Amino acid sequence: MFQYYLKLSLKSLRRNPILSALMVTAIALGIGACMTILTVNYVMSSDPIPHKSDKLFYVQLDSWDPYQPAREPNDPPDQITWTDATNLMQEKAAFRQAAMASSNGVIEPADQDSKPYLASMRLTYSDFFSMFDVPFLYGSAWDAAADEQEQLVAVISKATNDRNFGGENSVGQTLRVAGENFRIVGVVDDWQPVPRFYDVTTGAFDDTEEVYLPLALKMPLELPSSGNVNCWKEPDGDGFIAFLQSECVNYQMWVELPSDADKQRYMDFLDNYANQQKALGRFPRPLNNKLSDVMQWMEYNNVVNDDAEVMLWLSFMFLAVCLLNTIGLLLAKFSTKASEIGLRRAVGASRGDLFRQHLVETAMIGLAGGLAGLGLAWLGLRGIEAIFGEFVSKMVHMDTNMIIVALALALVSSILAGLYPTWRACNIAPAGQLKSQ
Amino acid sequence: MSATNWEVGPILRALKRNKVGALLIALQIAVTMTIIVNAIFIIQERSQLMARESGLDDANSFFLSSTGFATDFDEQSTVTADLEAIRNTPGVRNAIQINAIPVSGGGWSMGLQTEPGEDIEGTGVAVYMVDEQGLDTLDVELIAGENFTANDILWRGNGESSWPDLVILSQAMVERLFPDLPVAESIGKTVYINNDEPMIIKGVIDKLQAPWPGWSNVENSMLVPQKMLFTSTRYFIRAEPGMRDTLMPQVEQMLADSNRGRIIRSLRSVEETRERTYRQHSGMIKILTTVMVILTIVTALGIVGLASFSVNRRKKQIGTRRALGASQGSIMRYFMLENFLISTMGVLLGAALTVGLNILLVNTFEMSRIEWYYVPAGMVVLWIVGQLAVYGPARKAAQVSPALATRTV
Repeated sequence: MFQYYLKLSLKSLRRNPILSALMVTAIALGIGACMTILTVNYVMSSDPIPHKSDKLFYVQLDSWDPYQPAREPNDPPDQITWTDATNLMQEKAAFRQAAMASSNGVIEPADQDSKPYLASMRLTYSDFFSMFDVPFLYGSAWDAAADEQEQLVAVISKATNDRNFGGENSVGQTLRVAGENFRIVGVVDDWQPVPRFYDVTTGAFDDTEEVYLPLALKMPLELPSSGNVNCWKEPDGDGFIAFLQSECVNYQMWVELPSDADKQRYMDFLDNYANQQKALGRFPRPLNNKLSDVMQWMEYNNVVNDDAEVMLWLSFMFLAVCLLNTIGLLLAKFSTKASEIGLRRAVGASRGDLFRQHLVETAMIGLAGGLAGLGLAWLGLRGIEAIFGEFVSKMVHMDTNMIIVALALALVSSILAGLYPTWRACNIAPAGQLKSQ
Repeated sequence: MSATNWEVGPILRALKRNKVGALLIALQIAVTMTIIVNAIFIIQERSQLMARESGLDDANSFFLSSTGFATDFDEQSTVTADLEAIRNTPGVRNAIQINAIPVSGGGWSMGLQTEPGEDIEGTGVAVYMVDEQGLDTLDVELIAGENFTANDILWRGNGESSWPDLVILSQAMVERLFPDLPVAESIGKTVYINNDEPMIIKGVIDKLQAPWPGWSNVENSMLVPQKMLFTSTRYFIRAEPGMRDTLMPQVEQMLADSNRGRIIRSLRSVEETRERTYRQHSGMIKILTTVMVILTIVTALGIVGLASFSVNRRKKQIGTRRALGASQGSIMRYFMLENFLISTMGVLLGAALTVGLNILLVNTFEMSRIEWYYVPAGMVVLWIVGQLAVYGPARKAAQVSPALATRTV
């Protein structure tokens, strides 16, 4: 029976090719627009580390100005100071912990013919790699001893390894960074969390860094600060050390807390720490420390761009217009079939049969529209890539989930659009239609 | 002409018999109008944002970074030699060392206050460190007071936190700090940085934007007389008209060759920087424009489709009316008027939805309230779209031959 309905539907669609094309186009445009924008939103709001995003917490400490909050209405600053980063790391109160900062340094390739270049660097602790499940191509992370002893060790990205060592296993080799010789202990495989959740201060979709060094080296090597530096109070005195020990915030801190009890304990630890600092004359504001898990932190930082959300609303309205359009056209189309329906009813087809038959017809329109819509969405994503450039390059790829959503959305919306016209078409009294023939 | 001649009554009665079809078109028009009017409003807002001037000579300026890495790298001699070399290059109008680039997205801000004290909230201001060539290189006009002299310029070490005694402020900043004072009278006044470090206003410039276009204080900027002893620094270069593209690679090469203990990077024109900074807005404008065009076409096609059907279905009635003496004009008028009535329903609903969506957008995102005149303008546009779309089918209807009345289907 289903095959018979398919045949009838195809025939009926072919009878009014322009009308059928109009309906398919309308659905395709609606689905195309929706899926383009939905994909961008989906990627922006995706969980970058799904298996443990509820166990990783971003630490905020309120070390700010007594007279005004770091962020209205009364939020702590979004980064912490050098003093707090090093103090918290010394206490090791969490299962895993890593303070970090972005920096940059000149790499001088051993090969004399290659030009020195400026590389982005992440300064952090050894737990960074295990906490965020960073994949290694060669070697591994440095160990905790390297952090404590301020050893000159480095983990480099795959691209850096390709550029300096031609892709060979470079573990044990030396790389000259920021005027010092570093021993390479690991090479990270392709790794690009989207969003790059561990540091969203300069943009949630930045690339991962080219070189990773122990944060403890920042002081002896006077490594520069990149990213945002915010101060509510000028450093006491001049020079690099005074700046490091100031109330300026430039460091991010993540901890891994496997259970709620661990989280509670760590929160108590933070409050305790803040009170100790108060006793030393720091932390002039009331206690206001915060732990946010990955998705809460993404939400707080408004990682899904407002424009993308506005576009999402508009695109769903766009789909609504396209569906209204389809409903109208289906109504018109089915109304011309009144006599045919009357005849079929008279020769024995039940209302249910006719209903199913016409649903098959609308589903076919929906499917065709959905497939064409997928094509349009692909074009739309290429368009967005062309318009916005590298800024969105990580957000314009559809995965299987999105393709399934697209087809389901097309099918469901076209069937919904078809319900009323089909119901009306099937409610025709056969006698009246036959009489006028 | 009285209402009966316009046949509003019969049209309404006919519409009542085909409520759903009319309702669908009206809804489509309403939603289309909602999207289009809100989209146009967003586009207008973004265009205004993008049209704001930076204050720079956008077309002729560019900049690059120099980062020293050699152990014997000497900042002071490098900066002095670099500036002299760049300024002496033919085609260069002027050049300075600077800490941040307007509109580029990255920079340095401080707070200024008119009274000293820790508990006073300062007014945010972007900091630009320049020498006495700053005004000419940045293409800003002095509107009161004086420029820095070569003697005013100090060297700022890395990690140094104190500030010079002199400052030049943008007009907008002066007006924020001294709202009751004529700009010229602010010269010689003292403002405080870091709560209590005094700086004397030496000059006021017309306009220089901060590095962050989305910042509410984007017009607040200050120039301080300093050259920097930072290992990583920037040069801002203003070329003679038409010379920029020739100079960019030339200056880059010259600096790279002159000192092997550093790398030259991030060579970029101000125009490109502007384009990159505003890309999100220009992209939004492009997308919304595309959406509007496609949407209008979809809605128009929908109207054409449904109108054609209703014409086809009523062919016999039209023939009868023609046979009974109705002119082609009155048949056309019937369909045009029918569409006008449906559109009216649509645009009235659309007006309410437009305002509703705008309120929702204002509440959810940081967007501004729509200007009232966008709503009637949108209504008129949708009316016109409806009339244009129905014109074709209406003409077809008018051409139905009266003889049709005599035939059975």
